[in-house]
Amino acid sequence: MTYKLLIVDDSKLARMAAAKAMKALYPDWGRVEASNADEALALAQEGTFDVALVDFNMPGRDGLQLAADLRERNPSMPLAVVSANHQDEILARAKAIGAAFLHKPLTEQILGTFLEGAIRQLKSAKS
Amino acid sequence: MTDETAELLTELQIDALTELVNIGVSRAATSLRELVRAQVHLSVPSVRLVSRAGAIQILSEREINNLVAVHQVFEGDITGRALLIFPEKKSLELVRAITGGELPLEDIIELEQEALAETGNILLNSCLATIANMLHRSLKMSLPEVLRGDARTFFSLAPPPEAGDVVMFLYINFAVRERDIHGYIAMIMDLPSLTALKHLLVEFIARTTGELAP
Repeated sequence: MTYKLLIVDDSKLARMAAAKAMKALYPDWGRVEASNADEALALAQEGTFDVALVDFNMPGRDGLQLAADLRERNPSMPLAVVSANHQDEILARAKAIGAAFLHKPLTEQILGTFLEGAIRQLKSAKS
Repeated sequence: MTDETAELLTELQIDALTELVNIGVSRAATSLRELVRAQVHLSVPSVRLVSRAGAIQILSEREINNLVAVHQVFEGDITGRALLIFPEKKSLELVRAITGGELPLEDIIELEQEALAETGNILLNSCLATIANMLHRSLKMSLPEVLRGDARTFFSLAPPPEAGDVVMFLYINFAVRERDIHGYIAMIMDLPSLTALKHLLVEFIARTTGELAP
């Protein structure tokens, strides 16, 4: 079973880094990218992804606001907010939304651990 | 960008540099939160490369002349100066934000120097250390020094700058306890340092994306 991952980050480099980690971890998965919250929500409207990876610090609406919007549309989708800014308030908001918090710079290991959990979650949601 | 120095780095290299600074600033926000004991909002919208004259012009157009800066020198493969610049009025505001705003004015003025140096030290060190670590290089940093003056003073510090100096200029938003403070971070480098930075960015991009940069 393969899934599709949404990568949201205003930095092209950060999206390329996440894509590289994905190619190593789950080369069969699909991938869609957005550079801001609006683009991500447009993709969500088409319902084209199963898991979302959202950068926190973006111009316009930040990653936590976007994560909350995505959560509202899909209560069970695995979500992660990615940032080097791990202040208590940010971790608490991510938790309240039901999103994982991943440290930047994103490594293959960090992403791999999150995706293992995400796969379990997706499988149990189906069964 | 119309400035000729913008051509020195490619779009992806500027993107990579912005991302490094963003990670540095995000880490600094986490450290400052410990100091301030309230959530610190910090963001860097974009990084621009400008000439020294261009940096002076931007600052002079946007701000009145009374500015305060925290200044640190960095040395290594890349050598230059880093400055965190605030309008002087905002610097007292920053101290109020950090201390919680319950102190009388004389105490705030007394604390200003120290609070500025500490904030600048955390922010600038975090940016420079992130850049250095992620580019696999080490940078030596001097102690922070608080300066007062205008754009021209800050960008003409002795020893006399080279004519070809490039300034990595970024606008930074800083908010804590409902106080909104904006400032600037500037990194002044000479052309050999910028060339070294460009090479390190090429390597970093290749490592990070698994693709060779154009």
